[in-house]
Amino acid sequence: MEEIIRVHQLSKRYAGSDRYALKDLSLSIAGGEIFGLLGPNGAGKTTLISTLCGMIKPTSGELWFKNLNYRQHRREIQRQIGVVPQEYALYPTLTATENLYYFGSLYGLPAARLKQDIAHGLERVGLTDFAGKPIKTFSGGMQRRVNLLAGILHRPNVLFLDEPTVGVDVHSKEVIMALLHELNEQGTTIIYSSHHLNEAQHFCTKIAIIDEGSIVVEGKPQQLIESVSGASTLENVFIHLTGSQLRDYA
Amino acid sequence: MRKLFVSAYKEVLLLLRDWGGLAILFFMPSVLIITITLIQESTFKAVGESTLPIVLVDEDQGEIGKLVAKNLAEAPNVQLITEIAGQPIDDNRARDLVSGGEYQIALVIPAGISDELNDKVNHNVDKILGEFALTGNDSIATTGQQPQKKWKTKEINIYFDPAAGQTFRNGVKSNIERMLSKVEVQKIYDVFIDQMELTEDPGLLNDEIIAFNEIIAQKGKDGIIPNAVQHNVPAWILFGIFFIVVPLGINLVKEKNLGTYIRLRTSPVSYAIILGGKIVTYTVICLIQFALMLLIAKYIFPLIGLIEFDPGAQLPLMVLIAFVAGLAAIGLGILIGTLAETQEQSAPFGAIFVIILAALGGVWVPTFIMPEVMQKVSAFSPMNWGISAFYDVILRNGTATDIARPLGYLLLFFVITLIAAIFYDKKHQTH
Repeated sequence: MEEIIRVHQLSKRYAGSDRYALKDLSLSIAGGEIFGLLGPNGAGKTTLISTLCGMIKPTSGELWFKNLNYRQHRREIQRQIGVVPQEYALYPTLTATENLYYFGSLYGLPAARLKQDIAHGLERVGLTDFAGKPIKTFSGGMQRRVNLLAGILHRPNVLFLDEPTVGVDVHSKEVIMALLHELNEQGTTIIYSSHHLNEAQHFCTKIAIIDEGSIVVEGKPQQLIESVSGASTLENVFIHLTGSQLRDYA
Repeated sequence: MRKLFVSAYKEVLLLLRDWGGLAILFFMPSVLIITITLIQESTFKAVGESTLPIVLVDEDQGEIGKLVAKNLAEAPNVQLITEIAGQPIDDNRARDLVSGGEYQIALVIPAGISDELNDKVNHNVDKILGEFALTGNDSIATTGQQPQKKWKTKEINIYFDPAAGQTFRNGVKSNIERMLSKVEVQKIYDVFIDQMELTEDPGLLNDEIIAFNEIIAQKGKDGIIPNAVQHNVPAWILFGIFFIVVPLGINLVKEKNLGTYIRLRTSPVSYAIILGGKIVTYTVICLIQFALMLLIAKYIFPLIGLIEFDPGAQLPLMVLIAFVAGLAAIGLGILIGTLAETQEQSAPFGAIFVIILAALGGVWVPTFIMPEVMQKVSAFSPMNWGISAFYDVILRNGTATDIARPLGYLLLFFVITLIAAIFYDKKHQTH
């Protein structure tokens, strides 16, 4: 498969901090993958995703999206990526349709196509009847579904997901995971960050475990499990590689 | 362009769904302008138009006491109190009435002041005429050489309510002093007439030789005489416009806290466009706010006993000032919203900062009576630039050229605050 994202010796140290959030991290992600970024708290997952989304600038190192360098082509890259943040990144007093129309318009989508896609998307996630209701009246699961739709309306080549199923009911989770599989089958590369190791084991085609700003191990889920003696799940591998100490950062 | 339009439309929807925010934007400034103008107008009337009761205790019962009573009784806006419940008032009672807050001023004419004054004036006139006679009239020469007699100074006590301000006390005191010196001059004049045995009064005191003509200096012939309403309306319009800092700051902080900011920053749209949507919407809000307050001043003020505010032909320039002042307020709101991390930071800081700017800008107290240091500081308040532009237009019939300087400052303030916000956001978010 063609390489879609390449990261070369990426380092990031935040202003005023003496600690590197990312340290000489190199990574290659092929198009069509469902790539899982796993790691303990403070490992550098969010910093890596934020850098790949063009939100923060690296201290050193290089990033490419296809053949486009992030330093010169940030806007062009942002047109081709979708982001689904962990927060319900929606305006609570606006309706589902109004939220989706606004965020879709920022990608320059024509109004007619956008309206059609919004209607189709809401139907796909079972929210047609709630299209005109304000987001603040939605349950957590309903908000997560709209949150996902807002990130995929412009049909991105790469979709970044940060904990897309956290705090979600079983039925909503089913719908979200099914939609993500569907998108992946249509060619969207998915980069996914989560603490749900069981979900990641079954959902991802490839996984990288990050700790202290560097990649500890990378491979297909099954390969990783087989690489650690006595491990039967990804969780066993994770504990084996990162230890069982609590990782609290303030 | 479409991105700007949808961003502005989104802001309109957010405002329409937030009744509390709308109340802050429209209802509160309207209440403020009516309340403050009513209060300031009644204060103005209390000093300038309503009747001031003055207690007069005449222990002299002579010419001076009668002249003072006559002058006070004839003075406009003065109610002369010489007795209470049919009982005459003495010095002690007058002091109690004032210290108890029942009256603000009492005047006590001491006993014997008329005789004393008569004696003094007669003696002095005799002396002057005697000295005059030394050169030609020998019969009164000896009178002119009589020794200088000493008199004790008689004091007229004025009791003031402790709550009366210094300005008020000075005003009343100077009026009474003027009245007493008029009485003295009249007395001297009468003695001269008498001593010189003139059969007819030449009427030298009948006409004032010097008089004052009060003119309000303004350009053109159709200038408006300034009044409390014309001072208050522009001042509180600006205050209302600048209060937009509070909801705008909250709007930006909410965006950060909700996570929508992440979505916006990862979209292929510049931060300037996102801010542009806010600037367009909030500028329209400022102009609606301005129109609303102008309508209140024109149509509601006369209904509640205030003077109607009519901008007349100066309306287009007033709209221009409101527009530019609105931009300055929006720039400040964006900067505060960008710097603040929480609503608890942005809302109180925004509100207090606007109040400070208003105080410095001359909304409550005219800048010319501030201490010199504060006058210098005041020159840096955008509200001061806005007020001076409004006053140039309303009170001095100023033209667009006359207000170019304060408008330039306001525009510069907008540009600087906006660039600072964009720069900080870029620095803070990407590093």
